[in-house]
Amino acid sequence: MPPNTYHNMSDLFANWQLLSFSDGGWGWRMLGGFWSTIQIAVGAYVLGLTIGLFGALGKLHGSTITRWLLEIYTTLIRAVPELVLILLLYYAGTGAINSLLDAMGHPPIDISGLVAGIAVLGIVQGAYATEVIRGAIRAVPRGQIEAAQAFGMSSITTLRRVTIPAMIPHAIPGLANLWLIVAKDTALLAVVGFSELALVTRQAAGVTHAYWVFFLAAGALYLSLTLFSNLLFKRLEKHARRGQPELS
Amino acid sequence: MDNGLHRSSNEAVVVENLHKQFGDLEVLRGVSLRAHEGDVLSIIGSSGSGKSTLLRCINLLELPTSGEIKVAGEAILFNKTKKGLVPTDIKQVERLRTKLGMVFQSFNLWSHMTVLQNVMEVPIHVLKLPKAEAREQAEHFLNRVGLWEKRDQFPAFLSGGQQQRAAIARALAIGPRVMLFDEPTSALDPELVGEVLKVIKDLANEGRTMILVTHEMKFARDVSNQVIFLHNGLVEESGTSQQVFYETQSERCKAFVSSIH
Ligand SMILES: Nc1ncnc2c1ncn2[C@@H]1O[C@H](COP(=O)(O)OP(=O)(O)OP(=O)(O)O)[C@@H](O)[C@H]1O
Ligand SMILES: [Mg+2]
Repeated sequence: MPPNTYHNMSDLFANWQLLSFSDGGWGWRMLGGFWSTIQIAVGAYVLGLTIGLFGALGKLHGSTITRWLLEIYTTLIRAVPELVLILLLYYAGTGAINSLLDAMGHPPIDISGLVAGIAVLGIVQGAYATEVIRGAIRAVPRGQIEAAQAFGMSSITTLRRVTIPAMIPHAIPGLANLWLIVAKDTALLAVVGFSELALVTRQAAGVTHAYWVFFLAAGALYLSLTLFSNLLFKRLEKHARRGQPELS
Repeated sequence: MDNGLHRSSNEAVVVENLHKQFGDLEVLRGVSLRAHEGDVLSIIGSSGSGKSTLLRCINLLELPTSGEIKVAGEAILFNKTKKGLVPTDIKQVERLRTKLGMVFQSFNLWSHMTVLQNVMEVPIHVLKLPKAEAREQAEHFLNRVGLWEKRDQFPAFLSGGQQQRAAIARALAIGPRVMLFDEPTSALDPELVGEVLKVIKDLANEGRTMILVTHEMKFARDVSNQVIFLHNGLVEESGTSQQVFYETQSERCKAFVSSIH
């Protein structure tokens, strides 16, 4: 390839050492950002799943008021763009906590970006997970739950031993999607100054002007995360579906 | 308390003046029945007469609107509300349900568990049996219904007849006082009916107490010592198998059972 005709490309090849892990290289910082991304994504996902499970149960079995509140929650969260939600929940959320602390006579605290990020994305995820899990629970044949009751299982045991394991195969495709979404939504936390992969990338690119290097590197990291998790979810789904014959 | 002192003789299931309403539809309009230890009681009747509803009221899969139910001599405690009866003590209901081995028309095996796991599930997680004991017992019952080789298969990979036999093993494994069957063969292909009826017949011959809803008239005639003919939510005819099938009083019942003569 003639180097001079593709100026940016030659940049690309010339500047790979910017990613090095030695002094002056951005390697560690990029990996650090990636690690933060993974932490937030995992944290928010677990929080979202927890909210989703209780949200789904509340929607299916809760009192009228519970159902109304959950309906408002899932509708609002899913209707408003994520970026707006993140700004709203982050600033309103930290503001609310600090004015609460103030009212109780405590000094304001500096809420860690990690915790705030997990909370904000987790609340967003929870709304989607509620719907995915609600649908999955409804797909469990009624008779299997009735059988559990007929043999004297308590409602908790029924939930733990029958409803949840039986709904998982129906939920996995939707939940796998939510994982991919949350992994990428972490990039939105850059707007509130949390130093995850996207923000580190932008800083590095801004300082060095080697845009290609850093955005390609970030892309590769996101891609590897996605491919790896796809593999994991495929195996999970296969395991969860081992009781069901293949459709052919 | 299970010391046997407060139990009236050997009544396994007693139903007294049971009513059940679905909205405006009164499906059961005062039904009584009594099954003693060792009885095989068949409930017959045309479609929609309330047979399944009656059976499902016994283990409270449906809540009766009014009436009394006793299982193993113990009356189920109810609170009366505007909507009907509500169990006073859910723990009592759960305990009495473990004395009733229900077999459903559509098997209702747990699809995420193997056959063996299905049979071990209630003994381990409800009756709190040690795992090894539950396993040994589960294998015993699977052997009895001829499914020991299939124990590690998932239900979806079995034929309907095999699934129903697995479901019978599951019900037997809880050590029930009474087996409840709701049309156990009507979801099966005709050539699979026989294997399931044979298992049920063996259970009857060994003296198990059973209440059986069925459309298999010949089978009901041969296997039961008591038969109830339900019509429009009322017991129209009841008695021994001989009485109901051959000394029939009601014209409707006569027409209904005539198919086997
Ligand atoms: N959950 C329900 N809600 C409303 N109506 C119901 C419900 N379950 C049953 N019914 C009605 O109650 C009546 C009796 O139903 P049931 O299932 O007890 O009849 P069955 O004698 O078992 O009939 P089959 O022989 O067809 O099984 C039917 O008219 C049915 O439509
Ligand atoms: Mg029925």
